[in-house]
Amino acid sequence: MLLGPIVWVLTLVICYFFMGHYWWFPPPISEHGQAYDAQFTVTLWVTGVIFFCAQMALGWVIVKFRDRGGVARYSHGHNVLEVVWTSATAVLFIGLVLAGTRIWAAVHFAEAPADAMKIEVMSKQFAWSFRYPGPDGKFGRTDLKLVNDQGGNPFGIDDKDPAGKDDVTSASIKVPAGKPIELIMRSRDVIHNFFVRELRLKQDIVPGMEIPLHFQADVAGVYEVPCSELCGLGHHQMRTTLEVMPPADFEKWLREQAAQK
Amino acid sequence: MAGSITTDIAGGRGVPPVVRDFGGGDGDGGGRGAHRRAAVTGLLVLLAASVMLFAAFTSAFFVRRGMSNDWVDTPVPGILWMNTGVLVASSLALELARRALRSGRRIAFNRYWTGATLLGVVFLCGQYAGWRQLNDAGIYLATNPSSSFFFLLTCVHAVHLLGGISALGYIDVQALMLRLGPGKRTAVDVSAYFWHFLDGVWIYLMVLFLFWG
Amino acid sequence: MSSPVVHPHHAPTGFIRRYIFSLDHKVIGIQYYFLALFSVFLGMSLSVLMRYHLIYPDAKVGWFEKLWPTGAAGGIMTPELYLSLMTMHGTIMVFFVLTTAPQSGFGNYFLPIQIGAEDMAFPVLNMLSFWTTFLALCVMVAAFFVPGGAPLAGWTAYPPLSAVGALSGPGEGMGQTLWIISIAIFSGASLMGAINFIATIIDLRCKGMSMMRLPLTCWSWFVTAILGLLGFAVLLGAGVLLLLDRMAGTSFFLPAGLLVNDQILNHKGGSPLLWQHLFWFFGHPEVYIAILPGMGVASQLLSTFSRKPIFGYKAMVYAILGIGFLGFFVWGHHMFMSGMNPYSAFAFSVLTMSIGVPSAIKTFNWIGTLWGGRIRFTTAMLFALGFVSLFVTGGISGIFLGQPALDLYFHDTYFVVGHFHMIMGVAAIFGMFAGTFYWFPKVTGRFMNETLGKIHFYLTFIGVYAIFTPMHFLGIAGNPRRYADFTNFDFLGKLLPVHTFMTHAAIYTAVAQLIFLVNLIWSAKKGKRAPDNPWEATTLEWTIPSPPPFDNFAGKHPVVNHGPYEYSVPGAPKDYTMQTDPA
Repeated sequence: MLLGPIVWVLTLVICYFFMGHYWWFPPPISEHGQAYDAQFTVTLWVTGVIFFCAQMALGWVIVKFRDRGGVARYSHGHNVLEVVWTSATAVLFIGLVLAGTRIWAAVHFAEAPADAMKIEVMSKQFAWSFRYPGPDGKFGRTDLKLVNDQGGNPFGIDDKDPAGKDDVTSASIKVPAGKPIELIMRSRDVIHNFFVRELRLKQDIVPGMEIPLHFQADVAGVYEVPCSELCGLGHHQMRTTLEVMPPADFEKWLREQAAQK
Repeated sequence: MAGSITTDIAGGRGVPPVVRDFGGGDGDGGGRGAHRRAAVTGLLVLLAASVMLFAAFTSAFFVRRGMSNDWVDTPVPGILWMNTGVLVASSLALELARRALRSGRRIAFNRYWTGATLLGVVFLCGQYAGWRQLNDAGIYLATNPSSSFFFLLTCVHAVHLLGGISALGYIDVQALMLRLGPGKRTAVDVSAYFWHFLDGVWIYLMVLFLFWG
Repeated sequence: MSSPVVHPHHAPTGFIRRYIFSLDHKVIGIQYYFLALFSVFLGMSLSVLMRYHLIYPDAKVGWFEKLWPTGAAGGIMTPELYLSLMTMHGTIMVFFVLTTAPQSGFGNYFLPIQIGAEDMAFPVLNMLSFWTTFLALCVMVAAFFVPGGAPLAGWTAYPPLSAVGALSGPGEGMGQTLWIISIAIFSGASLMGAINFIATIIDLRCKGMSMMRLPLTCWSWFVTAILGLLGFAVLLGAGVLLLLDRMAGTSFFLPAGLLVNDQILNHKGGSPLLWQHLFWFFGHPEVYIAILPGMGVASQLLSTFSRKPIFGYKAMVYAILGIGFLGFFVWGHHMFMSGMNPYSAFAFSVLTMSIGVPSAIKTFNWIGTLWGGRIRFTTAMLFALGFVSLFVTGGISGIFLGQPALDLYFHDTYFVVGHFHMIMGVAAIFGMFAGTFYWFPKVTGRFMNETLGKIHFYLTFIGVYAIFTPMHFLGIAGNPRRYADFTNFDFLGKLLPVHTFMTHAAIYTAVAQLIFLVNLIWSAKKGKRAPDNPWEATTLEWTIPSPPPFDNFAGKHPVVNHGPYEYSVPGAPKDYTMQTDPA
């Protein structure tokens, strides 16, 4: 019978920590992030109420219906009740997923805006590389045989291709704030995953595929990027940063990188 | 109607006369009939698993075919047509054997059953010859995706067939040693069903290779 | 009426026949149970080592070096060793604990008895299925001892990491190959078991035992067997393809353009996603295989110890069938972030949410069963009640993960780890504890010690909440999973106190499991003697002596006249009506 109050206490403690936001999301830096947080909050409230009520009910029946003599109620169920709570559950659960569809659609059904800045992402065991197309707006041809990590050519850019001459390669990704970005993501070896907490976005990067992901970051800052798909013994070290800069600073940085080539 | 599944689900209680749902629950859970029924059920369940295995390979086949541009159709070696005929003949022989057994013609049963078993062995030899023919033409397991699936599927089928031949062979030995009593009737039928299933899978694979592979 | 079955059935003699290569479903059930018991302690030890390393990654532990000279040179656990411990932890727990004990352990022992049969339909196949499982475990454990050690690709073994051999990491050579072979052998064993379970339920029920009079344990074993049948066949196929990619140069899963460890590979055109589809087509039914028997046990115990029929028996049956059926159509929710077609992600998501409905039905019905009851708080009942609480907690986090919009953040974080541990690593385990305490008197003729049982229960119940609830907060903070340590990211360093708390909770809870072990072993020899029906329960196993005779019903064929949960029937002489009582 002690179990009843223990369930209640555990439930209250858990709810307390969820409401207290002790270990929580970092603030979002995009509109998508805000939409995400709203959907999360709705889901949290719905599930939280269900969680609270179910556990409290469990604790309550444990206490109230402990054996104190008497006779148990002989009942095989209650069809109306069955139908009501089944329908309510179905409506709630499916409603939740439909509500979130807009967010999913915005990320994956919709294409990147036409003026999005394209940045290539190359993931490998155990580092990230990023490539900007440079002033000509075109990415140069790459060849796996030309890859030279030590020599600063992780993409394997073919220097015979004029389009590649102005490509800027970087170990971390920098973007201008408030502008749409489209990442084109590739992997050289195994599956990796690009994750930025503040953007509320992640995407598996699968060898053999070129996977697009578009976003727009509105808040300047430096945000850590942890690889989020097991890729081998260095998985926990595969780190880079996303730096969101005021557009003018970004232009300046890009020019400096291009000038160094 | 008493004893139907619907009556059970509708909640009929009390002593049922004979409850026939699925086969059990009618009090015959211990007799010989239950053992035979269980053996057939067991076989059907095994066939379901095998269907899933080939379904998994088939879906992989179509996915792979659709996504790569290095798919080169594998030419079906001519001998495979002969093998198909051999396998169909062996199934027919099994059926003739079972019919003979039902009318008590033991010698005829032995003849047909042994024939079917031997035809099964001939099939496997023919498959091996087919693989060698492909190898001679420079087509191996890893040559291209189509050949990978060809070898994979024919090999998996052959492994199943080895199991089938073991079953046929065991019964053959028992029959030739005149030890095929009525208790083994179920084994005869179950082995035959398994064999016919493999026949069907083979035809399915031939269609797959000819039209898509 | 009682004509002999085709297979002669007399009591076996000799130690080997009785205890090693036994054809008796009861012995085989116990064999599976002990295989799972060994595996769970092995798996748990691995997880304690993992949790220790996470908070003390640089700790020097002398005997690490003795066990793993390369993986822990100098006594310091390397990341690759951590990952291989993690891989083996997951593999051993999912396959050798959660897929064995609930189904093949308890099910083998009690299914034939609960349906009034003498044994399973195919006793020889049954014996083979156990020994094949045992062989699979040996092969799996062998992976620890080969050069390179155990694989590090996780229990999910995604290619290319798992497909390119030792190039992609230590343990990915022979270790990964042995892993695949072990899983293939295990799949074969599971198929054998499934054939037996299905044929037994369909064909060997005794007179009067219609499908709608089956105890819910039997229904769950039935649907679980079907899930296993269809799922493991696909896993076997996937394993064959992976093995061919590794050893025969094929390219089922390996695309072109791979540069691994400075080596350009000449594979072409394969798809890593194909593995994921095949694996999760098995993998999702697999998690229902892990939980359904526990649900059956929970239903059985909640009814027995409330002295009430199960609330909504028919709904419970339909829920089991619904969970089983829908379970085959939701595998894509493991792949929302995988790069697969986003429209199919939406479809999988709707189906995933739908599967929450039958699960909710079951939860409501369990609470409905308790309502108006006369609850007896035996240890078995406590574990059944704990199961309900943990199932709610674990299931609720699934509502977040089933939405691809939210999975954009939570995929591959500790939120997922918390979710599946709550559901599988705890709720399912509680189902096994509950079953153990409930059926121990039948198997041994003795009770387990209730005091030790209750202490173990409370310590474990609170312990598992302490270990796994914080994982959800870690997930919200964005803590990725499968990280060997948290020293490389600023935001992870801040979360270390949570990890420390979890590690301590894990160590205390792991130690508390020794109480259960002591209880189990001591009670088998010295426990208080139990009558044939100590719980005053209604199903067929309680009509026979404890322990049961070798052919269960001593040559008799029971006749069933009642449903399985006729407790407190108005007007009846006792507050329980056994299924075989006169109509």
